[in-house]
Amino acid sequence: MNKTKNGGYAEAQRVAADPKGVDAGAHFMDGDHAIAEGGLAAGCRFFAGYPITPSTETAERFAERAPEVGALFIQMEDEIASIAALIGAAWGGQKVMTVTCGPGFSLMVENLGLAAMTETPMVIANVQRGGPSTGMPTLTAQQDMMQAKWGPHGDNAIIALCPDSPQECFDLTVEAFNLSEFYRVPVIILTDETVGHMHEKVVIPPADQIPVVPRNNYKGPKEDFRPYQFDCQGGHPMTQAGDGYRFHITGLTHNERGYPAATAEQNKILLTHLIEKINGNADQIIRLDEDQIEGAEVVVVSYGITSRIAVKAMQDARKEGIKVGSLRLITIWPFCEKRIEEISSQVKAIVVAELNYGQMVREVERSAAGRCKVISVNSCGGAVHDPQEILDAIRRAAQ
Amino acid sequence: MSTLNDIAQFKQVSPMSGILRMERMPHIWCPGCGIGSEVNSFAEAIRRSGIDQDKLTVISGIGCTGRVAGYSNFDSIHTTHGRAIPVATGMHLANPKLKVVVFSGEGDLSGIGGNHLIHAARRNMDMVVICNNNFTYGMTGGQVTPTTPGGAIASTTPYGNYEYPFSLPFLADAAGATYVARWTSVHARNVTQAIEEALARKGFSFIEIISPCTTLYLRRNRLGDGVDWLQYFQENTVIKHGCDTRETAIDYQGKIVIGKFVDKQKPTYLESVDKRYVQVVGDDYQLYGKTVPEREAEEKAEQERIAARRAAALAEPEAGA
Ligand SMILES: Cc1ncc(C[n+]2csc(CCOP(=O)(O)OP(=O)(O)O)c2C)c(N)n1
Ligand code: SF4
Ligand SMILES: [Mg+2]
Repeated sequence: MNKTKNGGYAEAQRVAADPKGVDAGAHFMDGDHAIAEGGLAAGCRFFAGYPITPSTETAERFAERAPEVGALFIQMEDEIASIAALIGAAWGGQKVMTVTCGPGFSLMVENLGLAAMTETPMVIANVQRGGPSTGMPTLTAQQDMMQAKWGPHGDNAIIALCPDSPQECFDLTVEAFNLSEFYRVPVIILTDETVGHMHEKVVIPPADQIPVVPRNNYKGPKEDFRPYQFDCQGGHPMTQAGDGYRFHITGLTHNERGYPAATAEQNKILLTHLIEKINGNADQIIRLDEDQIEGAEVVVVSYGITSRIAVKAMQDARKEGIKVGSLRLITIWPFCEKRIEEISSQVKAIVVAELNYGQMVREVERSAAGRCKVISVNSCGGAVHDPQEILDAIRRAAQ
Repeated sequence: MSTLNDIAQFKQVSPMSGILRMERMPHIWCPGCGIGSEVNSFAEAIRRSGIDQDKLTVISGIGCTGRVAGYSNFDSIHTTHGRAIPVATGMHLANPKLKVVVFSGEGDLSGIGGNHLIHAARRNMDMVVICNNNFTYGMTGGQVTPTTPGGAIASTTPYGNYEYPFSLPFLADAAGATYVARWTSVHARNVTQAIEEALARKGFSFIEIISPCTTLYLRRNRLGDGVDWLQYFQENTVIKHGCDTRETAIDYQGKIVIGKFVDKQKPTYLESVDKRYVQVVGDDYQLYGKTVPEREAEEKAEQERIAARRAAALAEPEAGA
């Protein structure tokens, strides 16, 4: 089911980035700034947001760059309004983004659901800090991994990506826009305070080396216009207000014409499409970073800043003769269940390190389905792991 | 509109047939509900305005009134409860060539969406907000809203409302709206005229239309039916153009002050953005690839087309006359 009549994501039309948004060159930049630059490079020209530590620098960067790029930045009255404005602006024809962290993301989930329901492309960065509630505004965590997927009520599917460096903040934000345009789905950048505030070298390529999936607006006859096609695939055109197609979109269960049709049958058609266009194309969407998994007895699963701590633990374990491999999740949602399934039948144990009380480990356990041990190295957040904790877990796993 | 025959006929002869999505009729509104008459006025105002129907977007929240977007034959968005205004803000800012109209209920706009209302007014965001104030949460069965008059019975104030209600014109005015009017659904011509004026101007326009929910508010308060209410409106409304909006409070079964209260000019949000950025970047400042003079020239050309269409529309007989 990966190939579609529109071609898959890999074959999606790509054009060179608009040089106006591309600040090409080598920079020394933090992850938050790199997210703003990634958005501008990908063609995002509308940003609506609300300040919150540790994500505000993305908004500030966008606000500063907006006039020279010809983009619009607006600070809204809250995060509910911010994401609502993105929905309006996306259907007004712009590529759109916002940034926030836990407390703001909690307010956004209402209209994240509307965006998923109306198949509205947008990119939302969550620079995670410790929670729950106001939690630890300036301290790191990875506690919103499940919220990203299950935040809105009702079943739905989104895509979430997790950068481990400022460079990846840039690269994955471009990728997030491309996925978002192709699948017409909100894409979430799930980074964290450490990566968001960490300064590193970020190389922004020249515009002609940044492939961008352009907004694909419907151009056909009015009689045939449908804002949606419920065939469990991506690659369908959007439409833009003012083009004469008189679209209607609603958060109610709807038909392909966009009109309310709240019946059990229609809900099945709609829901299956929303979920399967992502989950059914997981092979095309998922990106993983693997190292020495072949022949490993233990595999460490990690993501974001935690992966960089895990590297040290794995080096030490290898010195002790333990055959340890690494699986770094770049794509969080959809989850790489097939790969975990394969790995779980080859290794003694999988170690899952994450800055939360144990979230993605549940997905790993579900996918490993008892074929190997799964050891969780969780943390309450506030600081990255001590590599020693991960090393200890690897040792236990190898026994 | 009770029989299928009536509906078929309505679809053929209605002056609103170009303005409404006829394939979606019949609508869900109760017989005697004022929303139908408001939509009539809205349709007539659009016809008279000369605006290109393809360049107008209608955005609603949730509720009986929130269904207007779904029946409107324009690009239209039925948002979540209370969020029509911020969605409209995004739509307007993403494509300033569009006219953006928000049509929703008072619970939606001043209750759950109240924060968005005051901030869009404060920013003088260029949009027309039409608020059907029926003193109740109609869609959910007649609960108290921020505008239910003191003492009135609602399903969640079964012993009478003991809260202080908002006067929406006062709220909009205080927050910075540059056009504020209040009419009732009985004043169809005034409603049409107000919407027409709002469509022709720039800035944040707020039009409240009082129209008590016949099925829930009138019945529960034993205030008769729609016809009794028409008479009530005729006898108890006082037109006071330019009146201080502090004097527009509505008491239970008291006089209702109506009219155009505010109509003033000040730069819109986007005009202020342009002005500031031209200072910063210089005359070659562009938004979405277009300089300010380029966008102004486009707008001028569109205004000329609108004027020509309007002249033609005004030469035709009034819809429904
Ligand atoms: C977040 C949320 N809360 C509650 C509701 C339930 N709800 C639907 S319509 C409505 C009230 C609408 O009242 P109003 O805006 O005055 O519109 P009316 O039906 O009176 O025209 C409510 C509370 C909802 N849809 N969403
Ligand atoms: S419930 Fe009230 S507001 Fe809703 S359609 Fe009926 S009369 Fe109108
Ligand atoms: Mg109401």
